[in-house]
Amino acid sequence: MTQAGTSASTAIDIKRLGLDSGAHLLLKRALAELPPGGRLCVRGSAPDLAVHLRGWCRAQGHEFIQSEAESISDEAEPEGRSPVVAWVVRGPVTGGRLSGAEAAGGTDPRESGAVVERPPARWGLAARGAVVEAGGPEFYFRLDSKTEVWAESVPRLYQQAAAAQWNPATAIDWDTPFELSLEVESAVVQVMTYLIENETAALLIPAKFLAQVHPHFREVMQLLAIQVADEARHIEVFTRRATLRRKETLGLSTVGGQQSLKTLFDEPDFTLASFLLSVLGEGTFLNLLWFLERHAPDPVTRQVARLAAQDESRHVAFGMGHLQYAISLDPGLRGRLASAAVQRHDALAQTAGLNEEVFDALILLAAGGWEPDAISSGFERVQNLKGEMAADRTSRLVKLGFEPGEAKTLSELHTQNFM
Amino acid sequence: MSVTEILLLGAVAYDPKVVTIWEGFKAYFARHDLPFDYILYSNYERQVEAHLAGHFHVAWNSPLAWVRTRRLAASRGHKVEAVAMRDTDCDLTSIVVVRNDSDIQSVGDLRGKRVAVGAVDSPQATLLPLSHLRAQGLVPDEDFEVIYNDLLGGKHGDHIGGEREAARSLMSGEADAACMIDGNYLLFVNEGTLPAGATRVLTQTAPYDHCNFTVSAEAPAQLVGRFRELLLGMSYDDPEVRPLLDLEGLKVWREGRVEGYAALERAADEAGFYDASGNISIDGYRY
Repeated sequence: MTQAGTSASTAIDIKRLGLDSGAHLLLKRALAELPPGGRLCVRGSAPDLAVHLRGWCRAQGHEFIQSEAESISDEAEPEGRSPVVAWVVRGPVTGGRLSGAEAAGGTDPRESGAVVERPPARWGLAARGAVVEAGGPEFYFRLDSKTEVWAESVPRLYQQAAAAQWNPATAIDWDTPFELSLEVESAVVQVMTYLIENETAALLIPAKFLAQVHPHFREVMQLLAIQVADEARHIEVFTRRATLRRKETLGLSTVGGQQSLKTLFDEPDFTLASFLLSVLGEGTFLNLLWFLERHAPDPVTRQVARLAAQDESRHVAFGMGHLQYAISLDPGLRGRLASAAVQRHDALAQTAGLNEEVFDALILLAAGGWEPDAISSGFERVQNLKGEMAADRTSRLVKLGFEPGEAKTLSELHTQNFM
Repeated sequence: MSVTEILLLGAVAYDPKVVTIWEGFKAYFARHDLPFDYILYSNYERQVEAHLAGHFHVAWNSPLAWVRTRRLAASRGHKVEAVAMRDTDCDLTSIVVVRNDSDIQSVGDLRGKRVAVGAVDSPQATLLPLSHLRAQGLVPDEDFEVIYNDLLGGKHGDHIGGEREAARSLMSGEADAACMIDGNYLLFVNEGTLPAGATRVLTQTAPYDHCNFTVSAEAPAQLVGRFRELLLGMSYDDPEVRPLLDLEGLKVWREGRVEGYAALERAADEAGFYDASGNISIDGYRY
């Protein structure tokens, strides 16, 4: 109802609804229709409504004018209409928290401008696409530029990753019967010990960067989180396989293996770490996992290797996607990637490379027994594996735009520890 | 820097957020060419005495501190002025609440009952509602028992704890009625201290005013003028000041006015809280 007058006015009947039961929603909605200074006539019959309304108006910055009994006395109230309790004069605040607020990009990463190049620190933890009130606290996120973290494939990879999660308790047939000699079982345990150590690096490195990525790059944050969860599962299933048949000490963890992983662990640059860990390390690991899927002597090991390989291929795809994106914006990055590979090689030049125990265990796994012919075949399979690893690394480097010759050289510099 | 080159404000640290508030205002004033600093006191009595002793220029005063400052200044032949206040300081009312199932239907029914109030020095939860009952013929501590919830003496009830304790004692049955500000009644219902529908308002005081910035006649007029101008110019739509206004609980600053303290002047006399010269005259007041 609008009354004639010099300023806007309207009326609302909130019936028996009190401010202790949500009446403020109706009042706010009605006041939003009025300009500052506009008057809202409030009718209602909730107990103590005038008392509550006075306090509410004060807190909200509106003026409260108590209705005098006389002003409504003579006129009989039409049936069903509540009595006038008060007039509320809308306060001077107009925009409030929306004044100066800004949109933090858009929700759909495919839309132009949805993912900005450098989201400001003041957007903080706000959802991408939210309207952020001005004047909020600033959060420090070291990885706050799109070039540093983004890949066009990230949204798709995240969806795939979320859909491909598996339950270690049910995805693997832990009870499948198999018989292995003590020595072959020991070889499996040694390989599992090595895998656990490497997957621990593959968990901690993305975890370290995860908390540094500006949450505006939501899909990167989500993908890294799933990557961490993937590795947590891998560590679980490798541990479970290692302890399936024997409960004593696991295999050997060597100085050379840990030195190799430490060079990855200590790399502070997200893009260089993606290159060393995902493209070169996990890429090489993929070959190893598929090798185990083909040649492991028991069905449980073959199963855990297959499930882990499926996850690792997404990690490699994200690393590749990110580097392709970053190189497309800055072709000079290739030179820095090459330097990083050389630097890591130099740092590891004096170390032992893949430990003998792991190497011998792989041969024995692939041989499946002690007959000279079997050992010969196992040895050949491991040699082939190393060849495949080098060829696939080279091919990934070529996909990143390296010349074939340079790609081959860089591939050969990769750590003998595989990861 | 001498005290005349910088505007000094006194405020009471009734809550840790007071430091955040005045650090924020200090930075804001500095950005807007007002040299400003503040001094925190643990209670209003100490602050009023320091103000009268010339230790600072502007006091962020509770209404009771205004009453005492005015009386002390008047007894020395000085005048004080209220230069600004929050919109939320204007036209408060206090109420006396009873349980819905109580047989207390009118103020007269409180005779012989127990009425829970806030701290002994709370204008809103003690002095004003008790004066309101007295005006209707009931003398506190004679016609009904007063149960004080003496939290943080000297803070003049700025801390809401006393009122909340009064509300709790109403629901626990220790008291038959409880006194509080109208706005806190809604807060206590919404937060569950008072279950919805379990209580009703027995009586309500006339509107009165709450805090103000009190300035003595000797305060540097130019600095006070700039201070007032900056306060009144603050807009809730401005993100630079909005967090400070939120912390201090207001949407706009208003011109100061003193008409709204008449009821408290009377209530302070009735309770024997201060004498006409502003000396503390109530027994057992700890702060």
